[in-house]
Amino acid sequence: MIETLDLSTVDWSRAQFALTAMYHWLFVPLTLGITFLLAIMETIYYKTGNEKWKKATIFWMKLFGINFAIGVSTGIILEFEFGTNWSNYSWFVGDIFGAPLAIEGMLAFFMESTFIAVMFFGWNKVSKGYHLAATWLTAIGANLSALWILIANAWMQNPVGMQFNPDTARNEMVNFWEVALSPMAANKVVHTIGSGLVTGSIFILGISCWFLLRKREIGFAKRSILVASIFGLISSLFLAATGDGSGQMVAKHQPMKFAAMEGLYRGQEGAPLVAFGVLSPDKVNNHTTREEDKFAFKIEVPKAGSVLAFHDADAYVPGVYDILDGVPERGMLSTTEKIERGRTAILTLKEYKTAKRSKNKEEAEALRAKFMSKSFQEDYFKYFGYGYFNKPEDIIPNVPITFYSFHIMVALGGFFIVLFGLALFLSLKGQITKYKWFYYISLLSLPLVYVAGEAGWVVAEVGRQPWVIQDLMPTVAAVTNIDSSAVVVTFCLFAIVFTFLLIAEIMIMVKQIKIGPKQ
Amino acid sequence: MYFHGIRSEFKMKHMNIFKRVFQFYYQGFKSMTWGKQAWAVILVKLFVMFFVLKLFFFPNKLNTEFTTDQERSSHVIDNLTNIQTDNK
Repeated sequence: MIETLDLSTVDWSRAQFALTAMYHWLFVPLTLGITFLLAIMETIYYKTGNEKWKKATIFWMKLFGINFAIGVSTGIILEFEFGTNWSNYSWFVGDIFGAPLAIEGMLAFFMESTFIAVMFFGWNKVSKGYHLAATWLTAIGANLSALWILIANAWMQNPVGMQFNPDTARNEMVNFWEVALSPMAANKVVHTIGSGLVTGSIFILGISCWFLLRKREIGFAKRSILVASIFGLISSLFLAATGDGSGQMVAKHQPMKFAAMEGLYRGQEGAPLVAFGVLSPDKVNNHTTREEDKFAFKIEVPKAGSVLAFHDADAYVPGVYDILDGVPERGMLSTTEKIERGRTAILTLKEYKTAKRSKNKEEAEALRAKFMSKSFQEDYFKYFGYGYFNKPEDIIPNVPITFYSFHIMVALGGFFIVLFGLALFLSLKGQITKYKWFYYISLLSLPLVYVAGEAGWVVAEVGRQPWVIQDLMPTVAAVTNIDSSAVVVTFCLFAIVFTFLLIAEIMIMVKQIKIGPKQ
Repeated sequence: MYFHGIRSEFKMKHMNIFKRVFQFYYQGFKSMTWGKQAWAVILVKLFVMFFVLKLFFFPNKLNTEFTTDQERSSHVIDNLTNIQTDNK
């Protein structure tokens, strides 16, 4: 049977998944971050007995509650999509996704939802200490929830701790700890949670500044800004440090993504980093002449690309064309060679399947032994996914989207460090109510922190295209062969439902913010 | 009023754990002053997600079209080894 995949199904399925994931990520980071800020404020209340801190905790808890209530279960849609639009992928990843998601469901979600009830309904019903413990456990539970899905995502970027079974067509986990504690997973978890902490801090800073702008709740706003600026400054520095770790992971395991992030087409030792640049649209998609400078304009920092990638100013960083053409002296295979090896792996799997079905036991056993041998796994199966491509250029992601998203994320990350530093300085000097322009900048930062978070995910997910599982499964092989019109319909439905949810959240939240902490 | 309060407290203390948990949630939701709109949104959302989208638009392809894991495996292996794309 030869199937012909309609590429518009692939594109629409991707668009739908992107839409759902991006809307989901509008709700998640605030939940991850603000819960810790609530816990800190309540801890101060617990220690000092000052009712003003309780008032602050309750107000921010209310806004967290709205965000949690409206955002909860938007992620389930992604699981619906796995089953319908991405059935090959769902089956192929098998246990690898099943185990972390099951743990997420059983442990983290129940922990989070149990303690969240105590946190909301338990004031004056349980002891102060027990309530405080519930608030901390809600924060920990919310972040543990994120942990497991991020581990699963990290596995897709760097598949480790598994073995492909040619009988079931599934990847089976052979080492849980290798999956859970891979450096890629560790970096992804801390960096993503760090972005949530920054989002929570900016949220509190921005809304507190709105109160100051309105000359309302001055004491409450000042207290909130002090906590948010200290926590935000620590979190944003942590975010920068973990971002550095993520950069190294990407350079090591996803060099094409790294090259796209930097717009680097021809690699070198002591590679520069483009601090600011504008890509030329005409040059970006022209690969015939292998022209290496695709920029209309750029400002570079010498050797910084090598430092970012390997913490070594003279390290070699491959560019897009080095990955396509290969660099034999550095042991880098060309993509053409990888495509050939991938096709051999697919063909061997096909021959094994045919031998099994025709009950040719001897041949089937020989082919299975060949497929499972260490040398075949390392020399051929490792490039399984490349077998689906027709030409080396097929493995280039969308460079402009990846490049600009990365630079927007990094620039905003730097801006947040300065903003929190300034907020803390003004708070400690008692001058936070002196500068109106600071309120406007803080308010403007509220949408910007969401832009930064979304840009980070765009780098991670667009930058790794055309792969759903790095080197093993390209997006085109992951999708279900269904009619694209069905995907278009559900895409539109999601766009309507999620837009409605977002508008509802903003309206309810704005209403509660206007009421303020007094009520 | 005072005796009524003592009686309620006495009742709560002697309720079994399930009733107490139920009462905790029930009273909590009942006393929420800000949650009515949020709850309306949540209920509409869950209805749309689980009764409209999941039932009518998102069948699990492999679960609905095949009955055994062996059939599912076989189908996916066929897909993985036979895929051709339009851009060839």
